Amino acid sequence: MPSHNQLDLTQEGARIMRICNSCRYCEGFCAVFPAMEKRQTFLDGDLNYLANLCHNCGECYYACQYAPPHEFAVNVPKLLAEIRAKSYRTYAWPRPLASRTAVWSIVTASLVLSIFYARGVAGRGGDFYRVVPHRTMVLAFGGASVLVFVALFAGFIRFWRNSGENFAQLFNPKALASAMGDALTLRYLDGGGGGCAYPDERQSQSRRWFHHFTFYGFALCLASTTTAAFYHYVLGWKAPYGYFSLPVVLGTSGGIGILAGTLGLLWLKGISNPETQAGPQSGMDAAFLILLLLSSASGLLLLALREATAMAGLLVVHLGIVLALFLTLPYGRFVHAIYRSAALVKYALERSRVKAGWKAS
Amino acid sequence: MTASQSDVLVLGGGNAGLCAALNARESGASVLVVECAPIEFRGGNSRHTRNLRCMHEAPTDVLTGSYPENEYFADLMRVTGGESDKALARITIRESAHVSPWMKGFGARFQPALGGTLHLGRTNAFFLGGGKALMNAYYAAAKARGIEVLYNAEVVALRIVEGHFESATVLVNGAPIEIRAKTLVAAAGGFEANLDWLKEAWGDAALNFIVRGTPYNKGKVLKLLLDSGAAPVGDPTQCHCVAIDARAPKFDGGIVTRLDCLPLGIVINKNGERFYDEGEDLWPKRYAIWGRLVALQPDQIAWSIIDTKVVDRFMPSVFPAIEADTIEELAGKLQLPTDRVTGTVRNFNNAVIPGAFDHTTLDGCRTQGLSPDKTNWAQRLATPPFFAYPLRPGITFTYLGVKVSEQAAVIMSNDSPAKNIFAAGEIMAGNILGKGYLAGFGMTIGTVFGRIAGREAARAVA
Repeated sequence: MPSHNQLDLTQEGARIMRICNSCRYCEGFCAVFPAMEKRQTFLDGDLNYLANLCHNCGECYYACQYAPPHEFAVNVPKLLAEIRAKSYRTYAWPRPLASRTAVWSIVTASLVLSIFYARGVAGRGGDFYRVVPHRTMVLAFGGASVLVFVALFAGFIRFWRNSGENFAQLFNPKALASAMGDALTLRYLDGGGGGCAYPDERQSQSRRWFHHFTFYGFALCLASTTTAAFYHYVLGWKAPYGYFSLPVVLGTSGGIGILAGTLGLLWLKGISNPETQAGPQSGMDAAFLILLLLSSASGLLLLALREATAMAGLLVVHLGIVLALFLTLPYGRFVHAIYRSAALVKYALERSRVKAGWKAS
Repeated sequence: MTASQSDVLVLGGGNAGLCAALNARESGASVLVVECAPIEFRGGNSRHTRNLRCMHEAPTDVLTGSYPENEYFADLMRVTGGESDKALARITIRESAHVSPWMKGFGARFQPALGGTLHLGRTNAFFLGGGKALMNAYYAAAKARGIEVLYNAEVVALRIVEGHFESATVLVNGAPIEIRAKTLVAAAGGFEANLDWLKEAWGDAALNFIVRGTPYNKGKVLKLLLDSGAAPVGDPTQCHCVAIDARAPKFDGGIVTRLDCLPLGIVINKNGERFYDEGEDLWPKRYAIWGRLVALQPDQIAWSIIDTKVVDRFMPSVFPAIEADTIEELAGKLQLPTDRVTGTVRNFNNAVIPGAFDHTTLDGCRTQGLSPDKTNWAQRLATPPFFAYPLRPGITFTYLGVKVSEQAAVIMSNDSPAKNIFAAGEIMAGNILGKGYLAGFGMTIGTVFGRIAGREAARAVA
């Protein structure tokens, strides 16, 4: 059996999955292994699907009788992390933007632009819209949202097609409900009750909780923006809103959630076992978390200082960070939300087929 | 030479050794574990296991249905042909009913009992993630309880005076250490990885055996105990040996090297000849004889040959089959005498009596007039492409061990139990499993007698 440096990622994936499929000791850990057992061959689409089911905890690595220094050198979390990183680049639309250089360029451009703008508006007081007109904000973020939505949707289509599923299957309410439940509860980060082997060999729920803080914090921030838009357009109530108004309460709690969640996830990432990680992708993952962290920190700071003279500059910088976050969503770690959810739908579909007695492909 | 001291010294860091260490520590003794493998390969053959066999009267969280004592005992008597110390067997079976909650107390995790998906789900409790995950949990529990573990530590001498253990000499990373302890638990496995020792029974054929488990089970502690006057038990010439893929690594290939396709085709030796009835009985009842059968062939090698009709009827093997469109081409790829192989296949095909093939039962599809005949699942090898898997004897464990009492005390050759020497696991499994094999029973013996040995070793300290 050749050693793994001689093989490309797909061949190495097939080699390792073949070992796993003959062993199957890990089938109780998560969805990856039952999904793997339904297959005899492991082509690109299969590996991308399995990789996006994987949460990159280390349970199967620590449990593996074939882990290095065994000559079979099986390291499923690392393998799937590498395949997953590659799948993000493959599914991205437009593809060239899913590169470190492109992401850094977008981030730098947004920030530089906002700093220039900030110098122009420095010291302007009053409400936010006297610093950045409402129409400018709506155009910039509305436009960015459309681009991001189109790019994410295109990525999803590529994933779904590559996984071998057709689009009619997608509207299976049972599978959608099951996948949504799995995703919203982070079911497979629970390790069957005690949590996963992350950041080290011991079981822990910390990552699950920090992810919940981040995700639900993000959701609260979206809810805040939506409520504010409703106030503005439907009720005709203009910002700024009071500290105890719904948009501000939602945004503040969401911001605190993101702050706590991203700091926690970054901390766990820092102390996680490097053996189970894919080296280059970690930088991209961290970039997404840091942008989220900065968005929330600058947003909270802005709220605290909205009566102060520093407000104008801070507002523009905050908007620049949020814009950078938005524009890079389809090209960084955020896409896991799309592909993992889609993989969970496929997992639910495959299970329902087996239950119905059909032969899984 | 440096010295070290503890109440209880445990030799061997596999399942039995860790169970003994944990139980001795719970009883208040200080415990030192000596493991000859480096940390990455700790755990002996337990790291390759997956489950243990438990008696139970009603469904539990980890087992379906019931597996009463008498059924368990009957299963054991059937596989051993009665070669079992019945009192020790009863203890093992009864105690097995209580081990899973105890194991969980030290961090063991099990797969939930899933009726139907695992066909052993009634009799065997499956470790979540397998035996290495279980060993990791035990080592973590040992660390948390202040049990010291020495890795890369090879026992080279035992000082036993008139049946009383005094000290052990251990090479730790090559440097000798004298370890004194009040009691000793020997849990260092068998000698299946010691090809020189196997040669005594099998001759040079042993050099072609593949060791399925750890390369560290050289039987050193077993030999030292026997040399110090411990009474032996079990047949020294016998081992549990199955036919595995010949491309497996020499050691430590574990579960993925198994091949379950033998009854679905024919098996030939290097002369291109069949040598045994591949369809004698259902595979779970017959797979254990094939290691020995292959060991008796020239150069200890054979090939299982099947055709396309049966490729999806067995668990995928880790090594790809050798494939060809004709039998001639296949024989060429296997570097076997083409005429002999094609002749064997032709004769086999001509002798097949048509019938209704069903690989899940004794279907009676057989050949007539061959020597030997194939008495079930005989189908013509006629649907290309054809596939071959090379086979070697894969040795799993040996039966020779030290005789023990119901308190796990090692019985000396004068028939009296040693006061401060106990044994657990494979090193004494031959007392109970004198012959044959029962899935998950080795882990049961290791857990039950590990607990007993740990408890008694701690008691003997006080």
